[in-house]
Amino acid sequence: MAVYVLCMVLFCVGIYAVVSKRNLIRIIIGIMISENAVNLFFIATAYRIGGRSPIFSPLTDVQNMVDPLPHALVLTAIVIGLATTALMVALAMRLHEKYGTFDIAQIRELRG
Amino acid sequence: MRIFLSLVVLAVIAVGIGKTLMEIPFGEDTTNVGGYYIQSGRDDTGAANIVTSVVVGYRAFDTLGEVTVLFVAAVGLGAVLAVGSASGRRRDVEPASLVLYTGCRFLFPLILLFGAYIFIHGHLTPGGGFQGGAIVASAFLLVYLGCRGRRIRHGWSKATESLGGLVFVGLGLLGLTAAGHFFLSNYLPKGTVNHLFSAGIIPIIYVAIGFKVGAELAGVIDDLVEESE
Repeated sequence: MAVYVLCMVLFCVGIYAVVSKRNLIRIIIGIMISENAVNLFFIATAYRIGGRSPIFSPLTDVQNMVDPLPHALVLTAIVIGLATTALMVALAMRLHEKYGTFDIAQIRELRG
Repeated sequence: MRIFLSLVVLAVIAVGIGKTLMEIPFGEDTTNVGGYYIQSGRDDTGAANIVTSVVVGYRAFDTLGEVTVLFVAAVGLGAVLAVGSASGRRRDVEPASLVLYTGCRFLFPLILLFGAYIFIHGHLTPGGGFQGGAIVASAFLLVYLGCRGRRIRHGWSKATESLGGLVFVGLGLLGLTAAGHFFLSNYLPKGTVNHLFSAGIIPIIYVAIGFKVGAELAGVIDDLVEESE
């Protein structure tokens, strides 16, 4: 249960960065922290006491395996997270080129 | 004031998530389907790696959607960075030293080989198309950092990416015709578990995903590097 609370704390750290920071790069880092907290939570739900990785081997017969479904979901989520982060960074680069700042408050004032 | 408001928002989120999390047991079965995958995944799909049999076997259609999301994100990045990128303002970059240049050129094929190993053996060992593709893209990142001035050809990267997607969809569509099955059904012979040529269409699809992800991420790196110079 402590693992879930840790994931929640990490998620809240990311959300705090998104809500309170004004620098676009820090907001992007906050989104990444939240994303990784969710991935960590998924992996934590897959765990079973004393479980092994869900891969059969020709030599040993593994009995107690962890749940493979969250692993499969997180596997693709990580790669997609990388691509969406790159897209966010690209948009931030374009905004910086146009307004000369990463501060969202200043960008709002300079609108038009 | 801003910090106070964000703390209030955080408190609401924390209470909401926390109440739900307390209901989830830790270290026990949380999904019923996970036990089924472990029990019959090896016989159903022929893959020794159960995670792979879920990603490319049971949930292959879902994976096709996720590959599409990746494709759209990469295309969006290219579109965002291509608009208004003024040509001719590229400044001259200082060439890397001989040691760095030679080292990168030496490591590049080895990293490619490692990535290919990871995605070819995705149904037997930990790894698969997504991980192998990321390793392949890291080889291109090394070249961009170490041998500055070298570029991948956009035509080749786009062709590889499209070919990977086409193989995925084409194999899935063949499943419709073969023996009256469904989209992305595993119609090739399963072979012996734990052999390289086993698990039917799963290794072929994972190799296609590996090429596609590798080309896409290499294209993303190329776009970002080109923009920052």
